Amino acid sequence: MAVITITEAMRDAIGEELERDPNVIVYGEDVELSVYGAQNGLVERFGRERIWNAPLSEATFVGAGLGAAMSGVRPVIDLMIGTFTYVAMDQLYNQAAKLRYMSGGQAKMPVVVMCVCGARGSAAAQHSDSPYPLFMSASGIKVVLPSTPADAKGLLKASIRDDNPVLFFEPLSLLGEKGEVPDEEFIVPLGRADIKRRGDTVTIVGVGATVKMALEAATTLAAEGIEAEVVDVRTLRPLDENAILESVRKTGRLVVADEARQPGLAAEVSAIAAERAFDTLRAPVARVFTPNVPVPFSPPLEGAVLPSAEKVAAAARRVVNGAT
Amino acid sequence: MTATIDPDLQLRLYRSMRSIRSFEEKVAELFYAGRLPGFVHLYVGQEAVATGVCANLRDDDVITSTHRGHGHLIAKGARLDRMMAELYGGIDGYCHGKGGSMHIADFSVGIYGANGIVGGGLPIAVGAGLAARVHRSDRVAVAFFGDGASNEGTFGESLNLASIWKLPVIFVCENNGFTQFTPTEQLTAGIIAERAKGYDVPGVVVEADDVITVHEAARQAVARARSGAGPTLIEARQWRFRAHNEGEEAFIGGEWKYRTKEALEAAMQRDPIENLRLQIDDPDGVARIDRAVAEAIEAAVAFGEKSPLPPPEAALDDLYA
Repeated sequence: MAVITITEAMRDAIGEELERDPNVIVYGEDVELSVYGAQNGLVERFGRERIWNAPLSEATFVGAGLGAAMSGVRPVIDLMIGTFTYVAMDQLYNQAAKLRYMSGGQAKMPVVVMCVCGARGSAAAQHSDSPYPLFMSASGIKVVLPSTPADAKGLLKASIRDDNPVLFFEPLSLLGEKGEVPDEEFIVPLGRADIKRRGDTVTIVGVGATVKMALEAATTLAAEGIEAEVVDVRTLRPLDENAILESVRKTGRLVVADEARQPGLAAEVSAIAAERAFDTLRAPVARVFTPNVPVPFSPPLEGAVLPSAEKVAAAARRVVNGAT
Repeated sequence: MTATIDPDLQLRLYRSMRSIRSFEEKVAELFYAGRLPGFVHLYVGQEAVATGVCANLRDDDVITSTHRGHGHLIAKGARLDRMMAELYGGIDGYCHGKGGSMHIADFSVGIYGANGIVGGGLPIAVGAGLAARVHRSDRVAVAFFGDGASNEGTFGESLNLASIWKLPVIFVCENNGFTQFTPTEQLTAGIIAERAKGYDVPGVVVEADDVITVHEAARQAVARARSGAGPTLIEARQWRFRAHNEGEEAFIGGEWKYRTKEALEAAMQRDPIENLRLQIDDPDGVARIDRAVAEAIEAAVAFGEKSPLPPPEAALDDLYA
């Protein structure tokens, strides 16, 4: 198995799908030079007939992706940064999410919109959000956020092959993380969580950046006799509720760690646990998330609002040992 | 000029406009009789635009439409009965009752949907044009939109994108004089068609009381698009003869709040259907069409009336492919 970064894994996924299906095209903001790297080298391989730069018209090039998808093309659109979804909001939330339903199932829209999400390195609030909570309520869009190179590759390939609009978030703080990726062709199906660490004392549910934090926290906690089970939801819509509930029913304790402001994954998973696993909970649920302020610029302020492995570990200790 | 017009084309255009007018008048009647849920925006007066443009299109060409979309759909070949069933909210409607008046689609004849968001359909038409380029086909796409949409960001963005990528898209702006309840000139700088120049796109103004004029402008734009030369913007001017939405008085506190009775009556002298009828030298042909259209409308109403309403559990269907 090759050891590559998340960025390289996404590049391989796009390259393989371009190779496999002539209907796949790639366009977006500076994809030819690829600012975050997921399209590095692809224009040299496939030419501008298959991958090219779009003008800064987020609403229109996302909407054009829908129209092209309705016509049998499979566009992969790079918005570059997650906050730019807000510029394209009508086409994402009113059109992509609704047109299949509103047309009585006629519209088929195999389109992937990808962008980085999360905050790192003092980019300040307008380049630092995790917008996926908004899209968790946008019925009709699938929402993906991987945390490892293998998942990034398998989920992106599944997203490109999916016949629905998929919003594929790239975890900014993990793009350079390396991991093993199978050499043979593989797909990671959308809608299935993955247990990244087994444990029986407490369940920590995370996505993207917080999965890594949860795994680091679990190592710390293990030295204290706390065995954390880390559930990586991987796709936020559809959400694998059963995998979450199964773990919670086993451990009886739940921490949800989410880099986004709430309500979002942490709120939703807490509610699901309260509704469907209340009788197995042995302690109140704890949430770790970014408080409801724009992500600030100055490093100590940015660090103060973002989740971290330490914050996740502290939350786990609270639910295991009681309030301290 | 009229001497050179093909009589068969005249009758075809007449039939389309007559179908639209009769359908809309029937919809108004049903709306006021309380038969239809929701609300309706009717196309009466503007028939020459949809008809003149769509007469140049094939079934595999694409259109996107607006909240005032019935005319575009009929002109592009949608079935009256399934449209009517959708207006009733029935399961035999085009969208199984999920869309209603403002959102009817028929993908089998290239109708990518009426769209409830002003300016929402332009990017989708651009995408259909992009697909034609990717597939190296000569399909074209038409975006119908109103004067109000010409002030949306997607208007300029779509013209730019279609221009730099040389996409086979025809932008048809229907300037009906009012952005909902505000005169267009209060909200819209300059001449809409002239905005095309800034994007290196040809822009033309047509007076849409004459369907032949619209047809000819669209013929040129479609030919240009099919040849790979890129997009065109057509600004078609013609007032709507009816309300923004039926029952608008209830929303704005009475009649004649934003245009005078006299001005409307003057505008209604520019009736595209009457104009064409007077040019057609075949009264029997016209009468045959009138009868056939009346029968088709009655059949559509009967179909809509008897289409069952969807069961509540159907509310969760049709979300994902």
